Amino acid sequence: MISDPATSLTSAVLAPGADDDQLLHVSLGPQHPSTHGVFRMNVVLDGETVVRLKPVFGYLHRNHEKIAEGTSYLASMPYTDRLDYICPLSNNWAYAQAVEKLAGIEVPERAEFIRVILGELTRLINHSAFAGFILGDMGAWGSALMYAFREREKILDIFEELTGARMMANFMRFGGCRNDLPEGWSAKVSRLVDDYGPFLDEMEKFLVGNEILLSRTLNVGSLPREVLINGGITGPMLRAAGVPYDIRKVDPYGIYERFDFRIPLGATGDCYDRIMIRFLEMRESLKILRQALDHLPDGPIIHPKAKIRNFIEGPKGELGFHLISDGTTRPYRYRIRPPSFINLTLIEDMCLGLDLADVVIILGSIDIVLGEVDR
Amino acid sequence: MNTQSSSTTKPPPPPAKWSVPGIGLLKGMVVTAKNMIQSYYRKERMTTVQYPEERVPISPNFRNFPFLCYDGEDPKAGLRCTACTICETECPPQCIYIVIERDENGKSLKRPKVFDIDVSVCMNCGICAEVCPFDSIYMDGEYELSTQDRFNGLLFHLDRLSKPADYHLKLRPVEAGEVAVRRKAEVDKKRAVQAAKEAKAQTDKDKATPEPITKGEPA
Repeated sequence: MISDPATSLTSAVLAPGADDDQLLHVSLGPQHPSTHGVFRMNVVLDGETVVRLKPVFGYLHRNHEKIAEGTSYLASMPYTDRLDYICPLSNNWAYAQAVEKLAGIEVPERAEFIRVILGELTRLINHSAFAGFILGDMGAWGSALMYAFREREKILDIFEELTGARMMANFMRFGGCRNDLPEGWSAKVSRLVDDYGPFLDEMEKFLVGNEILLSRTLNVGSLPREVLINGGITGPMLRAAGVPYDIRKVDPYGIYERFDFRIPLGATGDCYDRIMIRFLEMRESLKILRQALDHLPDGPIIHPKAKIRNFIEGPKGELGFHLISDGTTRPYRYRIRPPSFINLTLIEDMCLGLDLADVVIILGSIDIVLGEVDR
Repeated sequence: MNTQSSSTTKPPPPPAKWSVPGIGLLKGMVVTAKNMIQSYYRKERMTTVQYPEERVPISPNFRNFPFLCYDGEDPKAGLRCTACTICETECPPQCIYIVIERDENGKSLKRPKVFDIDVSVCMNCGICAEVCPFDSIYMDGEYELSTQDRFNGLLFHLDRLSKPADYHLKLRPVEAGEVAVRRKAEVDKKRAVQAAKEAKAQTDKDKATPEPITKGEPA
């Protein structure tokens, strides 16, 4: 295994004694069901063992950043829904916050609470769907995913009632949120938070003791912490390796410093830790949601009325919007730091020397969404 | 760093390999069987809706594709749209196309000659409805828009986009009710101002032109 990501991309790593014509070149994707979208991996195999892996992306490129530079600030908001389409409200939040910092707009307290609630619900969606998808990657296609999607659907219904759309929410506005909570909405969320614990217990019961899952994930795809940090890996991927880095704690945005929650950490950073860390995070999210719902204040939901980088802790990692304004109605430069894309960069180092079947699991454990990788 | 509290995931002890061959698999099958049987009688597991025979009622906030609102019976005369083209400018994917109706001098008649929305481009974001200052464009609740006509069938013209105010009231009673009250107040205010103006003009006129002296009957 190579410890320095820079060298692994340039030097050819071959199994000792293997001749080049003994190697098998396999193109996984772009239409491969396990690659989570249109994403291709050029894999060089020595028997079953991976000796080289080159990720190829860009199949879902939609020119989002350049389009955003040509339209008004508000018009980019619905496009951010379509970056990481599993969790649109985190994208909304990161972008709204960036523009708010740029313009110096303050957000009312109630809106901040609503944002925290929506952000944590989004985390629940993402991590539940992840648990379903990773089991799909292991061959348990269908059942596990449907269990996860059943719970996700409940949250999507809640989103639809508030924002008008299940996934393409387009809900946050600069200085607050678009509309106030409908009647009975917070009671519904409250009920969901109560019911979510049993679902997590059940899902965990399926996973933790499962022989197949343990043999497929333990000690698969771990990398040293230094490599992860140097490679810019963030989110559950980094915390699974035991690095305590969560923007909600190290640089609290919104009103996160008011909530009492913990940052779960893994020990080794293998695929098993990556799965379990997401379950623990969901339990922390439930705690945050409970506190936010209990203390939801009344009041306005939107404020009556440079150069900025803004990062939030998205469910997949550090999600950043880099905006440069030249004072006009359009941003001069609009750049996104997508966690999926950066987390994907070390995939070769994680996979080298392992079996082809492990590649699929490692890719699944990174938890990418191609809408965000390619933008 | 202020991550004071942190817990650690403890990987469980590695499974005793091949203690009894296939016991893990059997356990897994038992879990599956249990869940399968439960899916026939437990209410919270029966979540599938048999669309299209069954439909879930949509919430008032649900949005999908815009429509144009008109007052009264005639979609042409009652159309609230003034062809200000704000929605056309603000639309993120630029799917609205408006031609303003003009008289022979090129002056806008404040109504659209052409108002087209391309369904295949529209991303249902609702920004057009948000920016409209004339309460004219709203998001619809209709979601079965598929068609076999790939080109003309996906370009909605004015006749298909126009829907009566009653439809809006049925779709979103609260929002439409507020709009109706506000519009009525505005119309009343306008009328009152107009009436006041007319009355004032009348009195001014009365003052300016003294009453004609009625000639007395010749004695």
